[in-house]
Amino acid sequence: MRSRLRQLLYRLRSFFRRAQLDSDLNAEMSNHLELAVEENVRRGLSPEEARRQALVRFGGQQQAMENHREARSLPLLETLLQDLRFALRMLRRSPGFALLAIFCLMLGIGANAAVFSWMEGLLFRPYPLVAHQERLVALTGTARGESDPTALSWPDFQDLQRNCKLFDTFFVSKIMGTTLSLGDRAQVVTGSIVSANYFEALGIHSILGRTFEPSEDVGRSAHPVTVISYQLWKERFGGDPQIIGKTQRMNGVIHTIIGVAPQGFYGTFVGWAMKFWVPASMEDTFEAGGYKLEDRGERWIESYGRLKPGVSFEQAQQEASAVAKRLENDYPATNRGRSIKLWPLWQTPFNNAGTLLPTLGIMLAVVVFVLLIACANVGNLLLVRSFARRHEITVRVALGAARGRLLQQLFIEGLVLSTLAATGGLLIARWCSHLLVLLLPVRNGNAMHLPGEMDWRVMALSAAVCLVSTLLFALLPAIQTSKVDLAATLRSEMGGVVRGGRGKSLVRSGLVVVQVSLCFILLVGAGLLLQSLQRVRSDSPSFTTQGVLVTAVNLSASGYDVTRAKNFQDELIDRVQSLPGVESAALARVTPLGYGTFSSAPVVVDGYQPPPDERPSVEYNQVGPDYFATLGIPLVSGREFTRADNETADPVAIVNETMAARYWPGKNPIGERLQAKDKWMRVVGLAKTSKYESMRELPRPFFYVPRRQDFSVGAALNIRTKLRPEIMAAALSHELKAMDANLALYEVISLQEQLDRSTSSQKVAVTLTGILAGLALMLAAIGLYGVMSYTVSQSTRELGLRMALGARTPELFRLVISRGLALTLGGIFVGAAAALGTTRLLGYLLYKVSPRDPLAFGCAFLVLTIVSLIACFLPAWRAARVDPIVALRYE
Amino acid sequence: MSESKLDLLQGTLDLMVLQTLAAMGTLHGYGIARRIEQVSGDAVLLNQGTIYASLVRLQQRGWISAEWGTSTNNRKAKFYSITKRGRKQLSEDAAYWQRLSEVMGRVLALPEGSGDK
Repeated sequence: MRSRLRQLLYRLRSFFRRAQLDSDLNAEMSNHLELAVEENVRRGLSPEEARRQALVRFGGQQQAMENHREARSLPLLETLLQDLRFALRMLRRSPGFALLAIFCLMLGIGANAAVFSWMEGLLFRPYPLVAHQERLVALTGTARGESDPTALSWPDFQDLQRNCKLFDTFFVSKIMGTTLSLGDRAQVVTGSIVSANYFEALGIHSILGRTFEPSEDVGRSAHPVTVISYQLWKERFGGDPQIIGKTQRMNGVIHTIIGVAPQGFYGTFVGWAMKFWVPASMEDTFEAGGYKLEDRGERWIESYGRLKPGVSFEQAQQEASAVAKRLENDYPATNRGRSIKLWPLWQTPFNNAGTLLPTLGIMLAVVVFVLLIACANVGNLLLVRSFARRHEITVRVALGAARGRLLQQLFIEGLVLSTLAATGGLLIARWCSHLLVLLLPVRNGNAMHLPGEMDWRVMALSAAVCLVSTLLFALLPAIQTSKVDLAATLRSEMGGVVRGGRGKSLVRSGLVVVQVSLCFILLVGAGLLLQSLQRVRSDSPSFTTQGVLVTAVNLSASGYDVTRAKNFQDELIDRVQSLPGVESAALARVTPLGYGTFSSAPVVVDGYQPPPDERPSVEYNQVGPDYFATLGIPLVSGREFTRADNETADPVAIVNETMAARYWPGKNPIGERLQAKDKWMRVVGLAKTSKYESMRELPRPFFYVPRRQDFSVGAALNIRTKLRPEIMAAALSHELKAMDANLALYEVISLQEQLDRSTSSQKVAVTLTGILAGLALMLAAIGLYGVMSYTVSQSTRELGLRMALGARTPELFRLVISRGLALTLGGIFVGAAAALGTTRLLGYLLYKVSPRDPLAFGCAFLVLTIVSLIACFLPAWRAARVDPIVALRYE
Repeated sequence: MSESKLDLLQGTLDLMVLQTLAAMGTLHGYGIARRIEQVSGDAVLLNQGTIYASLVRLQQRGWISAEWGTSTNNRKAKFYSITKRGRKQLSEDAAYWQRLSEVMGRVLALPEGSGDK
């Protein structure tokens, strides 16, 4: 073993000292010959004869030299270097070919690297700087009979922390917003309520000051301290080195800044960059609904756990379930029918990971298609060149070059191409790494953070893609080459006739057919997604999206109590309604299709017995007077809420048609009673069922109660107006300033914009597929063009002959075009067959569109046909311009 | 070239070089080649040039060492000598060849047709 190693080292050294060793050997050999000649002369031979015999005895000097090199060095490496030099020379000799091939591959590899870097960021390290993310899991609660995960309560979280032995740690991070007013500028910022162990659990150390201490979890509102993000520190405090100990007012409470988080740490919510963190004890300052840390029934936290090394996901789930089971026994009042569920980080249900990844998964399939098309292109180009180089290769085979050696050389040439292309591709991917962020909507001016980066995984994948694609595209010409038939090729028959010469052009035509078919599938997919998006966006949510603006003023962030908030909001509505251009304005706790979550409660109705599998809770919204008029939700019968529906009046409710149909089938619900949260309400109105949380939801039961009868400080403002959002925002800010300078206005957007944002993952899918399908189309067109122009150039003689025999220009033109079209149609046929089977994989991204939608298929057909006609035009034009005299003299 | 000369089996040249160096001490390439020819009574078919590949191979394995010096004709020449590890290798290889040639001798001594019984 040791001697093997020693030998290898020796050989490596020899490899790099080649010149020195060669000259040594030369000296040795010439001395050898001298000695031999001298001896022969001494034996009495003439000097000439002595030299001749010495040379004969020595044997071939060149051969001895070769043997010596082979014995001392690494012959494989030497030939590799040779091939590399040769490959570079060949590429320099035909720069057009090289550039085109590299360009195609670069797009293919770049697209793969970009999409993979996005996915990989979400999959492996969604949270920059956080230690051991591979062992992190997200935790939610589950409730029997409900499919959606629920939040966890603080006492449940503490019990997990105490009782689980398979976890290193658990921590809480609950996203929330506040208004920061510094100087004359109030701004809405996003932060997290976290357990005090948060930074320690994540392995994040503050760059200034400290992070939280365990005691800061305890005591209602007892620890008004905050750790701020690097970004906030730089932007709002100018990087003040004396920041520790300074204060900022958040939600009406003065918080002391105790630490600054390191640069590049954005918290633990995929898609958002957190600006500050407060300990859990400050919960009721930031969350509506009072202090919840001691209430097991209040489920509000989003939490994570880190498994101990070597613990499997299943084991951890079992332990968490066992703890949940015990809690269910110990606290039946709050925990009956509830359990705890673990999620891999990339499936986290309470942030953007869960929605983005499936979309990116589809994108990954799409970019693989693009890569295949690019490979087919380069394969075709190489094939053309291998024909052009047939002579060279044949000569080399005739001179005794080993086939393996030839293959190796072709492979190296391919590898040089794809390595250059991969380098370019990685640059593209780097450049694209922010593309995903740009495609997603910005909310309240908060920058998104998505962790797309070029790390070793992306590099490794790109290298693998590079190798595999080289194998793909270099293989074909190589096989072709290894079958070189010496005699036949040396006879040099003229290949590639427009209709004849089947054998050789078959491979190339096959490649074009594959390209066209892949491209067709992508076009169909893009068409389907585009239609889905259009349908989602044009689908009526059963309220007016045009001419309605939504915004909010965060009163709790500025420390308003209930009475102050009620007075403020009454005044606000009055002021807004008197603004010029405003038709009506109404408050609601939550706006439809936004980010807020509706309240929900089990409903009891006289004489209604729910079936056992029915989800018991019904969602509802607390809305102010004129809400239905402002949003344009039609009332089928009854009345809308008025200012008279206040705290002192009888409790009332408005139900939607779906709810009416379930609880009072066949009856008019007006005047009936329903109970929610221990309160009986009289139904006074029946509203049309609309969309509440998402455009894709099925009709669901829903009801409304007057805000004054179920009050919360936070509320969204809905305004019916024809004014543009910016103008409205300016007017509103002016009014707000007059009322309370510490208040900040949330972003003012149209309801249509809100709806569009709710479909942003579809938009991302459509945009990306569109871009990639466009790329694929371009690559396929290049491929078709390449094949057709090569065919034409190879059949100059035939074309000339046809002309000489009386064929006219249009006929030749048609001949070439029809050949190109035949290839395209073949590809479309194959692609359509494949697309019929595969488009349903788009699954949830499709909305009210059949995966076999004829319009999408028709459009793809049309686009491809037109593009292929364009691609064939130039070769056909050239074919028609062939000069018969020149053509026949050719060769 | 006369038909009676022996083609060298792979690896035998290395062994011959080792043995030569063990017997003669330090020699240059030409000296080794000539010595092998002489000892074999010119029965070995040797392209003298091939000796150099063998020499570099043995050197890499650490069985011989080389040093530049001056030859009898006052020219710069490389002188080779066997190392301690080379001697060990030589004794192993020599034993192997001894055994192989004994076995080959016995096998070839079998009278024709004796396998039928």
